[in-house]
Amino acid sequence: MIEVKDVRFIYPTGVEALRGVSLTIRDGEFVAIMGSNGAGKTTLVKHFNGLLKPTKGDILVDGVNTRKESIAHLARRVGFVFQNPDHQLFCETAEEEIAFALKNFGFDEATVGTRANWALNLLDIEQYRQTSPFMLSGGERKRLALASVLAWDPKVVVLDEPTIGQDFEQKEKLRQFIVQLNAQGKTVVVVTHDVEFVADCAPRVVLMAEGKIVADGEAKEILTNKELAFKASIVPPQITQILLGLADFGLPTDIIDVHEAGKLLLSFLKEEVVL
Amino acid sequence: MPIIEARDLTYTYPGGTQSAIKNMSLTIEKGDFVILTGPSGCGKTTLCRCFNGLIPQFYSGKLEGELTVVGLNVVNHQIYEMACLVGLVFQNPENQLFALSVEKDVAFGLENLGLPREEMRNRVDWALQMTGIEELRERAPHELSGGQQQRVAIACVLAMQPEIMVLDEPTSFLDPLGAQKIFEVISELNRKLGITVVLVEHRLDLASKYANHVIVMNEGTVALDGRPREVFDSESARLIGVGIPKATRLWNMLRQRGIHLDGAPVNSEEAIQILRGALKRD
Repeated sequence: MIEVKDVRFIYPTGVEALRGVSLTIRDGEFVAIMGSNGAGKTTLVKHFNGLLKPTKGDILVDGVNTRKESIAHLARRVGFVFQNPDHQLFCETAEEEIAFALKNFGFDEATVGTRANWALNLLDIEQYRQTSPFMLSGGERKRLALASVLAWDPKVVVLDEPTIGQDFEQKEKLRQFIVQLNAQGKTVVVVTHDVEFVADCAPRVVLMAEGKIVADGEAKEILTNKELAFKASIVPPQITQILLGLADFGLPTDIIDVHEAGKLLLSFLKEEVVL
Repeated sequence: MPIIEARDLTYTYPGGTQSAIKNMSLTIEKGDFVILTGPSGCGKTTLCRCFNGLIPQFYSGKLEGELTVVGLNVVNHQIYEMACLVGLVFQNPENQLFALSVEKDVAFGLENLGLPREEMRNRVDWALQMTGIEELRERAPHELSGGQQQRVAIACVLAMQPEIMVLDEPTSFLDPLGAQKIFEVISELNRKLGITVVLVEHRLDLASKYANHVIVMNEGTVALDGRPREVFDSESARLIGVGIPKATRLWNMLRQRGIHLDGAPVNSEEAIQILRGALKRD
């Protein structure tokens, strides 16, 4: 779906944000891009819908080179939800916000109406239909931004830090929602720092540091690797930290899931401790 | 000694039909490190705005009940008076920093107080040192990383030598290590200088180990109030939808299966300690 071939990117200021990145994201995959502030995560995903074009190397989206395609055409395939919803929202009401892109893509009025309704309900913001986006809380604005992208049904959804400003319950809803989108066949790319969120979703993890990919694999494999985590300024999930602290008892440390850890400790404690 | 005391506090924003906070009563002791949490829209930020008098002085609206902060009734004191006692750090440091050098940004609040030059110098040096950013003194805030910017924002507030620091989700734009560094800076100010800390936070896995007091809000009022382990261990915390630390959830799971270990840890260090103890007893 997305092919990144040895991409380098230098900002006009001279900062080299990507220093040779190669990556293939297959159709229907769920990928989390993680790494420290300034590692190049956002720069990389901004290439996926052509907002940025590589200084060197190529990006193919659905077989099309992003250099040869307009952002408008690419955006139809790759929907981008920004980290800061205020960079995205500008209409008078939530409903108009969602309708805006749909109209631009040339959907007829009836479809625009149906899709806007669908998206407002989906993200639990139906009650704000006539409200100005700027009257909404940070978490609600974030959901509106997501709704307006999902409404045009892009093949790939890129979410930059979706969990910021979301409380636990909203985050859990968002997680279930993203997992469901992915299960329905949508390719999902999430840029995030939120290790517990990633531990709960367990997607493929691409770890970046200083403009390069330093690891690529299953969440479980990468989040439980102490050296890698340190390199990318992430902290292993709390469950892994606990098991790392008990490593000398011979317990495995490559676990990120509470239930898995619970079962393991249960059998281990029953064997070891006379209760 | 209580440093913040609210009795039946109720507040409605101008033009609002519903009260943003309702009949809130709480006591925060001097030197506490408080985590203030709860679902979004529950009134956390509104409450923070009351602590330094932004409510009702700036936002107007209707404030009922009583709120005493550092012995002062917030209704009778101007924001500039309260600002010297209660420092506020926002979620996004970009909203707070504006000067062309870190040093100037940190000095800005002090200039407004009209302090003598020498005193200003001393306080700026001290605040930069306490937050570990002396080497950034001449840099422009907008060129710094998010974590560095947030430390500058904390230094700005610290230079005012407040009794209380209120931080509204100060780490949500930072990577986990960056967040941890910020929490450590705050914790050090709390332990070394005795500054009372009120930290609004959703990411309890990272923050809970620094706190001695947790207040959970729901629908504009206090839902739970107590020591971290009591609060996170209670069934009602889960029902309100608070993000209970994974270590506490692990304990709940083990307990349901008949394994009763001591305490109820809120962080991995505590969990490791208790588990190690249980395993060695064998």
